[in-house]
Amino acid sequence: MADSAYISSSDDDRKFTLNFGPQHPAAHGVLRMIMDLDGEVVERIDSHVGLLHRGTEKLLEYKTYLQGLPYFDRLDYVAPMNQEHAWCLAIERMLGLEVPRRASFIRVLYSEIGRILSHMLNITTQAMDCGALAPITWGFEEREVLIGFYERASGSRMHSAYFRPGGVHQDLPPDLLDDIMHFCSRFPDAIAHIEGLITENRIFKQRNVDIGVVDEKMIMEWGFSGVMVRGSGLAWDLRRSQPYEIYDEIPGDVFKVVVGNNGDNYDRYVCRMEEMLISCDIMKWCIENMPEGEVLLAGSKVSPPRRGDMKRSMEALIHHFKLYTEGFHVPEGEVYACVEAPKGEFGVYLVSDGTNRPYRAKIRAPGYPHLAAMDHLCKGHMLADVSAILGSLDIVFGEIDR
Amino acid sequence: MSEALKELGEHISDSCADMVKSFHVKHGELTLLAERDSILRLSKFLKDDNQCVFETLIDICGVDYPERSQRFEVVYHFLSMRLNQRIRVKVSTDESAAVPSLTGLHPSADWFEREAFDMYGIRFAGHPDMRRLLTDYGFEGYPLRKDFPLTGYTEVRYDDLEKRVVYEPVSLVQEYRNFDFLSPWEGMTKELPGDEKAEKEADNG
Repeated sequence: MADSAYISSSDDDRKFTLNFGPQHPAAHGVLRMIMDLDGEVVERIDSHVGLLHRGTEKLLEYKTYLQGLPYFDRLDYVAPMNQEHAWCLAIERMLGLEVPRRASFIRVLYSEIGRILSHMLNITTQAMDCGALAPITWGFEEREVLIGFYERASGSRMHSAYFRPGGVHQDLPPDLLDDIMHFCSRFPDAIAHIEGLITENRIFKQRNVDIGVVDEKMIMEWGFSGVMVRGSGLAWDLRRSQPYEIYDEIPGDVFKVVVGNNGDNYDRYVCRMEEMLISCDIMKWCIENMPEGEVLLAGSKVSPPRRGDMKRSMEALIHHFKLYTEGFHVPEGEVYACVEAPKGEFGVYLVSDGTNRPYRAKIRAPGYPHLAAMDHLCKGHMLADVSAILGSLDIVFGEIDR
Repeated sequence: MSEALKELGEHISDSCADMVKSFHVKHGELTLLAERDSILRLSKFLKDDNQCVFETLIDICGVDYPERSQRFEVVYHFLSMRLNQRIRVKVSTDESAAVPSLTGLHPSADWFEREAFDMYGIRFAGHPDMRRLLTDYGFEGYPLRKDFPLTGYTEVRYDDLEKRVVYEPVSLVQEYRNFDFLSPWEGMTKELPGDEKAEKEADNG
């Protein structure tokens, strides 16, 4: 090779620096990477993030707890309700509230819908990064249906603000559960369709098998969570290990924790595919076992009074006014609440000083440590692998930049 | 749950008496208050001790308390996937004193510390690459400090004449409306405004 006319003999001539992004279809948002390359081999990646930084944590300090809630939809905008969930859990733990049972079921149902929304977007865009253009159109068809369920429950397709401290905002409309059930019954076929395009696809496998291998040491050192952990064979899922809501009641044959073997891009893809099917089973289980009853804590300080009560009761009217202007007060203290979001552990560290606004709210986004490990993961890989690895990390900049 | 955490807290504070100031369990979470300069040694202990095994660093963040002499708190969250437990470690620092960096022990601390520096100006000693992370190129100030205004100091717009983005001082048409909702009926935790005068008058009289 040394005598080839196309390869320079001196080392210095082959090394160069490449700027990737911030506007690039494979960047999954606005990511700028400065890559030091040796020929086609990546030596170092310096990621520049923050191009979507909106100061969510600062804004939260100036809003009441309820007003802060919609900001969580705008973090990981691919699966909005999962983020709201962590915020609600943090507030509920501070206030010592117990959510009504029906609300718990609805929350789990919608968290799993969020998981399918996110995984569906991730695997199809990852396939697109590897050159397959059809899966994304098929995947978005299914996402569209699910977003429709979001809209029917909350009135909004994406920024739902549906989970509230003390439950969920409104009860589900009458036919919705039947329609979700119908979706669940045909969803495995849709997955099988997409799988037929990708799973055994030679190009997809060449681009992903043995690329971006994550081992146990790396998981611990770099703070990975979610599929990044499970893809490497560790059965770590917060829904199982530190259960919240009603996840501990779901029988083991419905909710199985999926693990991979090799921890490479391909295993993570397979994990996500399987997790979608399991989410679908959990949704079915939730619908079959959904109890009747309240969906928002009645008669508590955190939930609004019924419209009918406000027409007759002065107290209810005052309460309504105070709740939506002043908001409720959270006792002094601190709490860290986390959920298994589709991308990994999404946590909220909440410090309260006893007033109606958070003193400090730190959002722990799962994608943040994953992207921080980008340099470590890509070292020694080829340039073309960078986009495949980035796709498999499941990055959304709304949550990383906050 | 909280009994086990209490035992764990006692175990840690016994083994590292010189590093841990105190600990408490609240809301089912164990919090350690630690000495700033020994945070690296403490997290090494937390990682290696077989009752702790806190191998994963979940998060590092700053909290600002301007009224304290050591105004910043640096809060670490650790997770042990093996023993399925969590811990929170807090240290205090100020604008000038540096906190030992955990990057050697937990590589994931790299970005978390950069963010804490970016947002609060907290210094970390021994961090290999301390640059701003989330804010704009050339940004000045530390946005999450309590004395930093919500609106910031500069705003950007595209100047059609110069054909580039220009930075200008913020001009607000209307002040940010910051309502004081601490009503005298409920939610008033401290003394009522004006009460201190009454005592003064009583002293004079």
